[in-house]
Amino acid sequence: METDGISTHPSRRLFTIAAATTAASWIMTACGPKRLYEAPKDRLRAAIKEMEAKYSASHGKKVTVSDAGPIPGVEFAYALDISRCIGCRRCVYACVAENNQSRDPQIQWIRVMSMEKDKGVDFSHANAYYNPADVPEEGHFYVPVGCQHCENPPCTKVCPTGATWTERDGIVVIDYDWCIGCRYCMAACPYGARHFNWEEPKIPNEEFNPNTHYLGNRPRTKGVVEKCTFCIQRTRAGRYPACVEVCPVGARKFGNLLDKDSEIRYIIEHKRVLVLKEELNTVPRFFYFYAT
Amino acid sequence: MQHESPVNSIRLFGGFARGSLRLIMRGNRTYVLWLAFLATLIVSGILAYSNQVRTGLGLTAMRDQVSWGFYIGNFTFLVGVAAAAVVLVIPAYIYNWKPIREIVIYGELLAISAIMMCLMFVTVDIGRPDRFWHLIPPFGHLNFPSSILAWDVVVLNLYFVVNFVVATHILYRAFHGRHYIKRLVVPLVLLSIPMAVGIHTVTAFLYNGLAARPYWNSSILAPQFLASAFCSGPAILLIMIQVLRRFTRFEIQNEAIWKIAELMAYAMFLNLFLHGAEAFKEFYSNTQHTLYTRYWYFGLGSHHTLVPYAWTAVFCNLLAFGLFIVPKARRNFVTLNIGCLAIYAGVYIEKGMGLIIPGLTPDALGEIYEYYPTLTELRVAAGIFATGFLIFTLMLKVAVPISLGEFRDKEESLEVAELVETR
Amino acid sequence: MRNPSHDRKGVVFMRLFALGVLAGGVVLAVGASLAGDGAKPPSPPSETTAKIAPERLDVPAPPFSDGIFPCSNCHAGMPVDRTRRNLEAMHTDIVLKHDETHRWCLDCHDANNRDFLHLASGERVPFEESYRVCGQCHGEKLRDWRAGVHGRRTGNWNGAKGYLLCANCHNPHQPRFHALAPKPAPRPPSRTMQ
Repeated sequence: METDGISTHPSRRLFTIAAATTAASWIMTACGPKRLYEAPKDRLRAAIKEMEAKYSASHGKKVTVSDAGPIPGVEFAYALDISRCIGCRRCVYACVAENNQSRDPQIQWIRVMSMEKDKGVDFSHANAYYNPADVPEEGHFYVPVGCQHCENPPCTKVCPTGATWTERDGIVVIDYDWCIGCRYCMAACPYGARHFNWEEPKIPNEEFNPNTHYLGNRPRTKGVVEKCTFCIQRTRAGRYPACVEVCPVGARKFGNLLDKDSEIRYIIEHKRVLVLKEELNTVPRFFYFYAT
Repeated sequence: MQHESPVNSIRLFGGFARGSLRLIMRGNRTYVLWLAFLATLIVSGILAYSNQVRTGLGLTAMRDQVSWGFYIGNFTFLVGVAAAAVVLVIPAYIYNWKPIREIVIYGELLAISAIMMCLMFVTVDIGRPDRFWHLIPPFGHLNFPSSILAWDVVVLNLYFVVNFVVATHILYRAFHGRHYIKRLVVPLVLLSIPMAVGIHTVTAFLYNGLAARPYWNSSILAPQFLASAFCSGPAILLIMIQVLRRFTRFEIQNEAIWKIAELMAYAMFLNLFLHGAEAFKEFYSNTQHTLYTRYWYFGLGSHHTLVPYAWTAVFCNLLAFGLFIVPKARRNFVTLNIGCLAIYAGVYIEKGMGLIIPGLTPDALGEIYEYYPTLTELRVAAGIFATGFLIFTLMLKVAVPISLGEFRDKEESLEVAELVETR
Repeated sequence: MRNPSHDRKGVVFMRLFALGVLAGGVVLAVGASLAGDGAKPPSPPSETTAKIAPERLDVPAPPFSDGIFPCSNCHAGMPVDRTRRNLEAMHTDIVLKHDETHRWCLDCHDANNRDFLHLASGERVPFEESYRVCGQCHGEKLRDWRAGVHGRRTGNWNGAKGYLLCANCHNPHQPRFHALAPKPAPRPPSRTMQ
């Protein structure tokens, strides 16, 4: 269908359209707000400067936001000794404090499940709300569950906007500025590890941990999903995660899976190890083991 | 082919728009009351939603344990309604069966309104609706083909566009007293058939692909989705057709209605059969994965909020199947309409709450949180349904006079249409 | 139906399209390489990653009760009494529940110099190396502990690790852990938030 007088130079018009499209897409790729996942270095830096200023103002103290990247040759893994855990929940609250989880509404990245010894590791008989005077309780053992940092994560696969991904050191992270809050990842996660900000998170300023990482414990807003990041702000600086250091019975172990002398490799080689819901082929980087 | 200058096109469209506007602005008492009713629900929904945006999704009953609920259930149901237009499209365009051909346009209009409701339900469910554009390349990033939700966004929007183009094109051409352009419509209609199956299959895969949720991770899910969709969508259409027959000069042969009812009976048989197959597998093998089905039908321990709904759905589906399989019953308009309502209720329960909630209860770590919607969710959902019905009503208000030849680009014919409307 | 001008237009369009795709590809490639750089941090040298702990480990001071060490302050001039008995004059707080049917104080504490422990071989071991005493029976635990796997871990996963002595966590006289009061249970989900 040709309309005279308008398309006398079709090639020129097409060229204009093509050029305009290319230019527009270039501008949008280069300057538009984009996922931190693909942000060039300088834009990431700028974004982090902005975050630091914003968070420092809103939390009444100097807040730093680290952009430390993965260390080459490092893949993190975690191991938890089921034979030692006594279910005291020290890890839960250390995690909350370190990672700035909302106190109200309550968000806790670690969920300690009490299980019956005669049932074994069986979530259909698990209870997260046990509350005796003392732990451990007779006939029970405890399985703390958080993000398993799967090698084959069902959660990142389903995200419609690519707001969550696996870093090269094996940490599964979320871009809180890109997440649209559809919660598909929560439906996909077999470990209940992902938590949603159903309302605006509240943390008293004096309890706020100002040492943050842009993919970790920086403040979140209502309507986005969050989860364990292996304390990315600590572990990328060489430190142990907060839950490892606080565990009074030393049940929590952490290290580099690629280093054959690491604690993790020692555990895998010398202990009986299991992963949760192995049949789902998620290949967790979080191992449970029995030291005794 | 006719020569159309842009100026002429604009003038023609202007006439159509003005005429349509006049049509929808006028109507009898029932029409006005109906619009007022819908408007009330919409306003209430908007108020509830703005509250939800301000406070957060905490106003719903969804929690980390049951992270999807009523909204996503309605979304799933309505995808089925949208897909059901194909039940009319196949006999109309492929077999060229005249009685259905006359009403196929209404199936397409229903699909358009259903998809708009789907998109609204997804929008109210997400935590950051202000970031919706993150899905749209090149500004955003669509995780295609990895995320089935990305697939759903693509196919739903395409299906919407296809139906919108076909329906408006046919109506617009008819308004100018011309036949639709075959070269445009036929390929699009042919495309819409696999797409209708596609939107529902993709929506089923959305759940089906999640190994974390054994209740959904069953390959029977997609066929069952289709089977139930081919009951529920036509159920709405049958009622709507009868309403049109009653309130306009619109004529539709009983054969068309009966034929659709017959197709629904077969679809319902398939639906029940697939349900039975799934129930057999679940209960006979009796693995831990039976927990979810058990929760839906019998409850677990002291948790059985949803059990009455489950059995209501079973009862409605069986009743409807009984009524539709007997030719005498489906040809009697009383039993036919009871059957339609039963199907609507049955499929609405099983495809909405009955699909989403048992899928997430018990949660991944075995916890049981009994979800049922809050008032906010009910108000928002009612508002969305009202918006959908409003769109559908307004489209019918224009489409019916065009089909009847009462609304044409000549002014005098419009007057005739109005006389009919206000009688 | 097709005329030559259509075909020519098609070719021109295809060329432009290819050009556009190419340009888009370049933009994407540049973006990707930039993103790659952005994700790479200045990385610390990787030779600092964990090694099996050396024979002698840097550990905190043994957890003595106030003023009790050095033991020789009192014990220096006292005669050695090897009989199993109820302690009445001193150390009444110590209740031995550690294989008590087979063990007695001097199986671990050195009789001749109370400021030391001793191994079964008779070798004297300072309290700072008490893990060597424990390891005689609990060899697997000692190996695990050296590897960083038994015991509470603090510090750096790829640098200096904090080790604790066995006695920092386990009372050597009653090594079994005491029950602890758990921190509060999570709040169960409710239909209305606070």
